[in-house]
Amino acid sequence: MKVKIRKIATFVEETRSEMGRTIDPPTRRAAAVAVIENPCAGKYVEDLSELMAIGEELGELLTLRAVAALGIPPTSVESYGKASAVGENGEIEHAAAILHPKLGGPVRKVLGKGAALIPSSKKRGGLGVPLDIPLGHKDAAFVRSHFDGMEVRINDAPRANEIMVAVAVTDSGRPLPRVGGLKKSEIKGEDGLR
Amino acid sequence: MPEVQVRKKFTAVEEIFHEGGPVSPVPLRRAAALAVIRNPFAGAYVKEIVGFMDDLKPLGLDMAKSLVLVLGGDIKSVEGFGKGAIVGSAGELEHGALWHVPGGYAMREILGGAKAIVASTKKVGGPGARLDVPITHINASYVRSHFDAMEVGLADAPRADEIVLALVMTTGARVHARVGGLKASEIKGEDGLR
Repeated sequence: MKVKIRKIATFVEETRSEMGRTIDPPTRRAAAVAVIENPCAGKYVEDLSELMAIGEELGELLTLRAVAALGIPPTSVESYGKASAVGENGEIEHAAAILHPKLGGPVRKVLGKGAALIPSSKKRGGLGVPLDIPLGHKDAAFVRSHFDGMEVRINDAPRANEIMVAVAVTDSGRPLPRVGGLKKSEIKGEDGLR
Repeated sequence: MPEVQVRKKFTAVEEIFHEGGPVSPVPLRRAAALAVIRNPFAGAYVKEIVGFMDDLKPLGLDMAKSLVLVLGGDIKSVEGFGKGAIVGSAGELEHGALWHVPGGYAMREILGGAKAIVASTKKVGGPGARLDVPITHINASYVRSHFDAMEVGLADAPRADEIVLALVMTTGARVHARVGGLKASEIKGEDGLR
């Protein structure tokens, strides 16, 4: 592997009730986060292909970790998202290089499908910065019940020369969805939108 | 005593390969299990609360078991532990103290009779409050290499009438431990201290 990983963290959240109502089955989501060395930290680097290759490696690794943490078959994943936080000696463009060109392919390969765009967020920040990973249905971006987000953070990352990279997956949408829109049962799954 | 109502469960696992020094041949793993429960005593001063400790015992055992599981399933690999609680704003610190017995004894029991006291901390806080859960060796509190802490918290908990309960386990020393003191190899294991 090209990527130099200092730490990997996984988080699993299970919501069993909301406003006194039982959520059955509980909604569950997981995120896997890698804290890696930023090979481009501290200087302007024109060619970011090294970071793109890192994104490809992490796409597979983090998706496998997140799905394993959730304990479900990869094909049962309903929504997904990705995010990155760059330490203070890096650029937002470094997060873009990791997240956008090559990370999505291996994510979809692990999950078997994934017609929809993988929603993403990125920022630059210091140690403990919260990362709000946006979530959307993996086969139809317009499924309104699955618009969501998951906050993760690691108190000792990202250091100045590091980048945090996160992939999140769920087995469900929000706990009590009731704002209408396209339903999961209505997905055509052809264009990634509906 | 009231039944325990769990709104949400959360698990975090960290796998630490290095912290700027040599890569550890065996990565350090730290795991935290959190449960967000309703505080049955929120909003008023209740004198008799001690019975709730018994009600929390099954939850403590569940959380301790889940930690062993996410750390690989072998109790022998667990070397450090700690616990903590965050009480929502309509409760009092004393409600967090209810976790001492069910949290601590659950981990001892699951780990086959660990001898050391379980290090702990607690506070009153709002949603998103972070707690630095202290960690010490499970059989000898003075083992210096195993003094550690894990920061935990949830963006949406504790609400005013909730308590976040936390248990933490680790698989070893700090990744670059080198400040001397009693070593794990020197433990007598009689008094829980050395």
